[in-house]
Amino acid sequence: MIGFQTLLYKEVLRFWKVSAQTITAPILTAILYLVIFGHALEDRVQVYPGVSYVAFLVPGLVMMSVLQNAFANSSSSLIQSKITGNLVFILLPPLSHWEMLGAYVLAATVRGLAVGTGVLVVTVWFAKMSAVAPWWILIFSFAGAAIMGTLGLIVGIWAEKFDQLATAQNFIIMPATFLSGVFYSIHSLPGFWKAVSHFNPLFYMIDGFRYGFFGQSDVDPLQSFAVVAAFFIILMTLALRMLKSGYKLRH
Amino acid sequence: MAAIQITNVEKRYKALRALDGVSLTIEEGEFFGLLGPNGAGKTTLISIIAGLNRADAGTVTVNGYDVVNQYREARSRLGVVPQELVFDPFFTVRETLRMQSGYFGVKNNDAWIDEVMHHLDLTNKADTNMRALSGGMKRRVLVAQALVHKPPVIVLDEPTAGVDVELRQTLWKFVARLNREGHTVVLTTHYLEEAQALCNRIAMLKGGKVVALDSTQALIRRISGSQLIVELASGSLPEKLKSLVSHPEELAGGNKFTLRVNEYPEVEEILRAIRENGATITDMNLKQADLEDVFLQIMEGEK
Repeated sequence: MIGFQTLLYKEVLRFWKVSAQTITAPILTAILYLVIFGHALEDRVQVYPGVSYVAFLVPGLVMMSVLQNAFANSSSSLIQSKITGNLVFILLPPLSHWEMLGAYVLAATVRGLAVGTGVLVVTVWFAKMSAVAPWWILIFSFAGAAIMGTLGLIVGIWAEKFDQLATAQNFIIMPATFLSGVFYSIHSLPGFWKAVSHFNPLFYMIDGFRYGFFGQSDVDPLQSFAVVAAFFIILMTLALRMLKSGYKLRH
Repeated sequence: MAAIQITNVEKRYKALRALDGVSLTIEEGEFFGLLGPNGAGKTTLISIIAGLNRADAGTVTVNGYDVVNQYREARSRLGVVPQELVFDPFFTVRETLRMQSGYFGVKNNDAWIDEVMHHLDLTNKADTNMRALSGGMKRRVLVAQALVHKPPVIVLDEPTAGVDVELRQTLWKFVARLNREGHTVVLTTHYLEEAQALCNRIAMLKGGKVVALDSTQALIRRISGSQLIVELASGSLPEKLKSLVSHPEELAGGNKFTLRVNEYPEVEEILRAIRENGATITDMNLKQADLEDVFLQIMEGEK
């Protein structure tokens, strides 16, 4: 357990020491999204009855920040350690596969939730918000951060160069977050894109998270939770197998 | 029980056989040298012992624990100083050493960390960021990181490559002390005089195979005796001494000869023979055989 605690502490300290870049910057980005999209679309889009567009946007932006930053934390930490070679300090000690997985994922979760909390604290004043089901808010934010932290770990282990990581970020993570209903309800999409959205796990994370605020969502939160839990188990199993086999880490 | 037991280890990188059936036993308390030219497989072997690489065949144990199936037990008994000068730029020296202790499951390790830093002359750099250290200082931190958990088996992969005399002396003093206190030390180096001075036993690797394995003294004895180098001002080398010349090309011309000497009384006989032949000596040098001669002879495949 000491090994796990130490690796977790190191991973948290790593992003905390550069918090202007890892926490403040994404909060600023989220505020810009809210101000620009909120201002441009406030009078044009009404998603749920009784919920203003800005209020609709706030949980979406919070969750988007949680997901993107959780992914960024584990993936960038691993690729940096691999490329600079200091991953050897993690590979030489007797850390178990579970300890490595747990520490990287939990640190990514902490970063995701820190940024998400920051975004919420700053944006919540822009609209009249409610929190009808706080447990769903907590469950989906934790699960979403942990899932994206795990995915970041997987991509970080797989990638050998920074541009491979950037490819994953630009061609998978960014489209998946933008097409997950952060800025709109998927009910407003044409049939085909609506169907495609149902294959995007990030959609369920954001939809379930938003349910916690308004008690309204595109799909039932239990169904979202089932999809999110299944996705989490699949990714955890994959990450654990990669760590056990030494895939791309122990040649 | 052996500190490190290597049994029939093989490792291939595509067409290259990096290790071709290596077997070695390193006993507890030894100061063991692993020598060989670049590409001989030294670092691959160390990486397999450390669990950084996986062998294609064969087994390795550290203090009896298999490095794959019982990796936690094996790794907690092993301290490895990697060859590459790597560091984490986010942290200071003390933070780095505290974290490395934690990874090995050691809490509240400051007393030992201070002692290690003292012996490696790192104390006044304790709160300096790793980025701000010179190459030599970073190398010291790498050594300290390998020792935070007081491992019974210490492996140093070319720890003195490109470092100054001061650090080499500091390092060897400390490592020799740890060895006297019972730690097993395995060393790879290209400085053969270091290996000769420190190691009680040596294995030489070439092309992924062990080509020599013996005590350092026995290896040096393989080169029979010493060499007497004489330079003649006038006259020629007596006929009966020509069979002692080590380098045949010296007989083709010139006045400098390298002669094999097995025992000291032979020196007097050689000098007398030269005198009786009417030649005079302007320069003379008696050279002891050393590990470098053995190394070159073995690597060139000569007998």
